[in-house]
Amino acid sequence: MLLEATNLNTYYGESHALQDMSLNVEDGEVVALLGRNGMGKSTTMKTIMGLLKPRSGKVIFDGRDITGQRPHKVARAGIGYVPEERRIFPNLSVLDNLMMGVKGGKVDTSNANIWTIEKIFERFPFMRDRTNQKGALLSGGEQQMLTIGRTLMGNPRLLMVDEPTEGLSPVMVKEVRDVLAAICKSGISILLVEHNLKVAMSLADRVYLMGKAHLGFTGTIAELDANPEARAKYLEV
Amino acid sequence: MDPVTAMYVAQGMHGLAYGMILFLLASGLTLIFGMMGILNLAHATFFMLSAYLCYQVIAWTGSFWLALLIAPIVTGIIGVLLERFLLRKVHAFGHIGELILTVGVSLVILESVKVFWGTESLPVQIPNVLQGLVTAGGLDYPIYRLFIIGLSLVILIVLMLILYKTRLGMVVRAAVSDADMVDALGINVPLVFMLVFGVGTWMAGVAGVAIAPILTVFPGLADQVGMDAFIVVVVGGFGSLGGALLVAIICGLLNSYGVQFVSQLAPVLMYIFMAIVLVFKPMGLFGERE
Repeated sequence: MLLEATNLNTYYGESHALQDMSLNVEDGEVVALLGRNGMGKSTTMKTIMGLLKPRSGKVIFDGRDITGQRPHKVARAGIGYVPEERRIFPNLSVLDNLMMGVKGGKVDTSNANIWTIEKIFERFPFMRDRTNQKGALLSGGEQQMLTIGRTLMGNPRLLMVDEPTEGLSPVMVKEVRDVLAAICKSGISILLVEHNLKVAMSLADRVYLMGKAHLGFTGTIAELDANPEARAKYLEV
Repeated sequence: MDPVTAMYVAQGMHGLAYGMILFLLASGLTLIFGMMGILNLAHATFFMLSAYLCYQVIAWTGSFWLALLIAPIVTGIIGVLLERFLLRKVHAFGHIGELILTVGVSLVILESVKVFWGTESLPVQIPNVLQGLVTAGGLDYPIYRLFIIGLSLVILIVLMLILYKTRLGMVVRAAVSDADMVDALGINVPLVFMLVFGVGTWMAGVAGVAIAPILTVFPGLADQVGMDAFIVVVVGGFGSLGGALLVAIICGLLNSYGVQFVSQLAPVLMYIFMAIVLVFKPMGLFGERE
C-alpha cells in the first residue's frame, strides 16, 4: 500500500469538515475521489498534504507515519500536490516556476522514468518557447499544465490533483486527461478529484464517493457502474 | 571654492548618507513586514542595540572594523532567535499578537540597554582612514559619508543579486506570494523566513553601526531614526526595495536641506511629504498591496 489514510477527522474551527474519512492508494493506481461540491474532497487532500492538521486519524505513506507533518516533509516523503486554484507563482517566470518544484537532495538518475526539465519541455512544448515569460501571463489551461509540470519536477511517487479540468476548454480538458494518463504510465500513482465524470472514469481504477464530510461508497469503476443507487445518491445533481 | 556651493555639497552629502542609513534600516523592515507580512515593531530597537554593541566592541578591541563586522551579526542572531522562538508562535494569531510581542521585546531591550550602558549619549570614533575630506573637482567630500554611501550601495547590490539571481532569492519571492504552496513543494518555508528575518535585522544592525559616529549612541536612537525609517517603508510601498531606496534618499535630502533652508519646518517636512504621497498613492509609490 502506497498511501493509507485512516479515520481522518479535520475541523475548520468548530465545523467538522472530515468525519472518519478513510482511503488508500496502491502503487501505480489511479484513484478518483468524487462527490458534489463542499463534501470535503479538497479537505481530504489538504489533510493528507499537511496543509490542514487532523484532530485524529492516521496518514501512512510508503510505510511511514506522516500524520500532521509540515507540508514540505510530506512533499519530501514523495507526495506531489496540484491544488485546485493552481497557485502558480505569478511573479516568477515559467522556468522559475518549474524550478520551484525541484526538491533538492538525491535524484535517482538511473531511473529512465525520472522527470527532468527536458522531459517536461517534451511533454509541454509551449513552455520551452516561453521560459522567460511571467507565470501570470499564461492562459488557464497553460497554468494548469505549469502546475502539473512544477509538481512533476519534484518526482513524486503519488500525485494528488484537485479539479485539474475545471474551467478549461474541451481541447484543454482532453490535453490534461492525456497528460495525467501519461504520468500514470510513467509509474506515478494518482489521487484525483474531478467533476468531469467522463475524465475521471476514463482514468481511474477505483473510486471513492464522498457524502457530507464522510465516505459514502467505494469500489472499482465496474462496481460503480453496477450501482445506480450510489451514483444517484452521491453524484447526480 | 565658493563657500556657498561647498555648503550645498556638504549638506547634500550629509543628506545622502543619512538617506542610505535610512534605506538600510527601512529595507530590512520592508523585507520583514512588506514581503513576509511579519509585523516587527522592535526593528528600530535592534538598530539601536547594534549601535550600543558597536560602542562596546570598540571599547573592548579599539577596532571600528571589528565592530562593523560583529555588532550586526550579533543583532541578526538575536533577530533570528526572536523569530524562531517567539514571533513564529504568535504569527498565526495575526498582527495584533506580533504587535504586542514585539513592543514588549523592544521595551525589554530598551530597559536592558539603559541598565548596561546608562542613558547618557556615548561617543563612537571614526577610524583614522575614514576621517577627513577628499577633494575632487574643487569640492570637499567627507570620507565617512562617502564610505556609508558606498557600503549601502554594495549591500543593496548584493541583496538584489541574491533576490533575483539565486535559487534562494527565487524561493523567497515565491514564498512571499504563496508560502503554503512553496512549502507543499518540499521547501522548508519557516526556515527560509527565519533566514530572511535574520538578514533584515542584520541590515538594521549595519545601519546602527553606521549611524553611531554621526549621532552618538543613546537610548532614543530607536525613536528618532525608527520613525523616519517607517515613513520610508510606507511612502516607498510595502515590500518594494527600489521604493525604499528612492524615498530614503529623498527623505535624507529633505532632512538636511530642510535644516538649512526652513529650519523651523524641518522636523515635519517628512510627514508633509508622506501625507502628500499617500493622498495620491495610498499604497505608496511602488506598493502593490496595502
